[in-house]
Amino acid sequence: MNAIDSYVTADGRTIGAAVMEMKNITLRFGGVTAIKDISFDIREGEVRAIIGPNGAGKSSMLNVINGFYHPQEGEVWFHGKKRLAMKPHQIAKQGIARTFQNIALFKGMSTLDNIMTGRLTHMKTGMMSQMMWWGGAQAEEVANREVVEKVIDFLEIQAIRKTPVGRLPYGFQKRVELGRALAAEPKLLLLDEPMAGMNVEEKEDMSRFILDVNDEFGTTIALIEHDMGVVMDIADRVVVMDYGKKIGDGTPDEVRNNQDVVDAYLGVAHD
Amino acid sequence: MSNTTTVGALDTLPRLLARNAKDYAEKTAYREKEYGIWQSWTWAETAEEINSLAMGLMALGVKPGDHIAIVGRNRPYFYWAMVAAQSASAVPVPLYKDAVAEEMAYVLDHCSARYVIAEDQEQVDKIIDVMDDLETLDGIIFLDPSGMRKYDKSKLFGYRELQRKGLDQKAALQIELDKRLSEQGPETTCVMLYTSGTTGRPKGVVLSNRNIIETAKGTCEFDNLAADDSVLAYLPMAWVGDFIFSIGQAYWSGFCVGCPESQETMQTDLNEIGPTYFFAPPRYFEGLLTSVQIRMEDASRFKQWMFKIFMDNAKDVGPKLLDGKPVGLMARLKYQLGKILITGPLKNTLGLSRVRVGYTAGEAIGPELFDFYRSLGINLKQLYGQTEASVFITQQRDGEVRADTVGTPSPGVELRIDDSGEVFYRSAGSFERYYKNPESTKDTKDPEGWVATGDAGFIEKDSGHLRIIDRAKDVGKLKDGSMFAPKFVENKLKFYANVLESVVFGNDRDMCVAFINIDLTAVGNWAERNNIAYSSYQELAAHPKVYEMIQANVEEVNASVAQDEMLSGCQIHRFLILHKELDADDGELTRTQKVRRNIIADKYDDLLNALYDGSNTVFTETEVTYEDGRKGSISATLEIRDVATFERKKVAA
Repeated sequence: MNAIDSYVTADGRTIGAAVMEMKNITLRFGGVTAIKDISFDIREGEVRAIIGPNGAGKSSMLNVINGFYHPQEGEVWFHGKKRLAMKPHQIAKQGIARTFQNIALFKGMSTLDNIMTGRLTHMKTGMMSQMMWWGGAQAEEVANREVVEKVIDFLEIQAIRKTPVGRLPYGFQKRVELGRALAAEPKLLLLDEPMAGMNVEEKEDMSRFILDVNDEFGTTIALIEHDMGVVMDIADRVVVMDYGKKIGDGTPDEVRNNQDVVDAYLGVAHD
Repeated sequence: MSNTTTVGALDTLPRLLARNAKDYAEKTAYREKEYGIWQSWTWAETAEEINSLAMGLMALGVKPGDHIAIVGRNRPYFYWAMVAAQSASAVPVPLYKDAVAEEMAYVLDHCSARYVIAEDQEQVDKIIDVMDDLETLDGIIFLDPSGMRKYDKSKLFGYRELQRKGLDQKAALQIELDKRLSEQGPETTCVMLYTSGTTGRPKGVVLSNRNIIETAKGTCEFDNLAADDSVLAYLPMAWVGDFIFSIGQAYWSGFCVGCPESQETMQTDLNEIGPTYFFAPPRYFEGLLTSVQIRMEDASRFKQWMFKIFMDNAKDVGPKLLDGKPVGLMARLKYQLGKILITGPLKNTLGLSRVRVGYTAGEAIGPELFDFYRSLGINLKQLYGQTEASVFITQQRDGEVRADTVGTPSPGVELRIDDSGEVFYRSAGSFERYYKNPESTKDTKDPEGWVATGDAGFIEKDSGHLRIIDRAKDVGKLKDGSMFAPKFVENKLKFYANVLESVVFGNDRDMCVAFINIDLTAVGNWAERNNIAYSSYQELAAHPKVYEMIQANVEEVNASVAQDEMLSGCQIHRFLILHKELDADDGELTRTQKVRRNIIADKYDDLLNALYDGSNTVFTETEVTYEDGRKGSISATLEIRDVATFERKKVAA
């Protein structure tokens, strides 16, 4: 697959070259090998899903992608360059935003303020200037607020703009978290189980937002998800992991017909 | 301005627009909250937006007499679309935005709509679903493009692109537009509104410019509405009331129309705008009062005590002050103090502190509810009207406001009650005809212009106020010959905060029975305070303690019904609490939230039979429709309760 420069999806979008390539990644925690020799790529403008049973190493993979974990073996290539180990603030500035499996918002802060924190990496004025509300700080706040308001409008959460997120129902909290990630205007958006614990209607809403993000802003999306129906509906290509290994990679149809994948999910009868 | 419409007679809406663009050029005409900020447009800007859209429509080939459907929530763009359609001599047909695809298909087909102006993907999807069956429909104009990037655009047009297209071809189109504008007159159709129809298919009510403008003129004078007033437009655009308040009266007096950011933010937006002229159905005021009561129950003892002291005084003094009646000095002082401490802040929280004229209509309003708002010093009045009358038939004058009447005839309206008790009216606002339905037109409007309302009522001798009893066709007889008026009893039930909706049956039967819907907010809060766990409406509705509470309410209603001379036979003998909320999506309510009793009787005939055959429980399975049109079903075993009834107390001779 790496040989091809671009491909056309089922719904007619042209997907560009790889923005991120994982080359023979192995990640260990002490004696435990979480990821074993995995290679795949994420291409510009696609919705890439990582699936697998519990403990397959999906979240670890996501942490490798955003640079939080540095693999013991293998290379991560981002925008055609080999990526070295980074400090947290460098990670934040590389244009990758993410959401978390267990929501990680500031519970006591309003929706608006939470999403505003997503703009942090875009703020340039210093602390003094912001404290004095002086000069550039004011103009910058207005400009950032505008971006945040567009996100609020996009996610249809105007009604909870000023509500502390701790008081919001789960589905809304997930949406606010997505909002915070979007406010960073990422090139690559990582979603860790965006539909976990949602009912059918909330899942449908979330799927629509994910597709709209991809469609409107051309954001590349990599997501982990358990709900197969959702993955098959919204992903362009799927990586399947099991016990830290890659057992399948391809379009939803290819993956669905892959015997290894079926075995991993349904179990194999003993001979 | 290149807009060369002559400002002469103000007999069409586009001419009123031209006048406003000239006389109130810099005054704000529309406000909408978007991206967290109130955006505004002056009358001059409004006129430009409308003219460019009108030319865009003409560039698409819209011809005089074409129908253009409009579907979306209250946004300035759709109010402009209505007048843009009129400017191009087409007829705007606003649709209910929560209508399902088939309902829309019926209306689009019936009026042979050529274009639909739709808000977003949600509405566009519904129309695309039914588009193949609609031969006359040439395309959809959408406002919000999000999610539709991949759609086949051969029949889709962007709202703003269309305006741009109109402006690009202005040189050629302006002449044609001016010609069309000059050919319009008071008889030209202004708008076509589909009545929600408690029975049968909706009917298209054709209202002319004269209907709308005469009505707007009379009623603006009645309440002294002027250019400085403001309203919040939040009720469905397809409803005649919204058309009169947000277009008719707004164009006549030049006041400002505010549009909320979204449906859910309405209360916050109301608070920020602080309208001076406000309309809401009783249901809204009921919900608002319930939320105040719930919050007071959760408040500290001291606050509760203050609330009680000052509200008791306000209940006594507030309405009197509004009506200009004499009030003692001490009571007056206490009222002023209460205004600073309690009623003023409360009014502000409710977003009603600037309301000068408030109306409610559509259903009866409970006396306590009505008095609550009047005691806060809100000039809440009642009116009686219908689509066919361009809203206004009767309304209450300042100083003559009562909970149990709907007031005296509006300016220019004549009223007549026929022998059977049905109310008839004749006015400048009464509709031209039902579209493509001469039969119904003939049945409703006689050659002399008298229109049948379908409501039974009487005019009080002393005050001249009209009182409505019920829908004329719903008034019937019990087997023993006594009069049966279900609405009368249902309204009494609905005055309890616990009861959201009720349907009473009894025509041609030997006793009355009732279906009841509990109010999930009120009963849910009560359950919380009493440690009653529940997971759904269905579970709470079936709880024995809830049944006990409702039974007590029903018995109180019976005691009060027993005192009525004509209607004492309407006491409820047995009732059950329905396992689902009645819903317009299931066809049980109209889009304006009125009960469709025949449909409910058919749908739940198993429950109805059980109420009459004496059984104590009944198993039922019901089909429900989700918002996206899919169907599901719920089943439940419902309890039926017998209720105490009362003898009418004989007045001692």
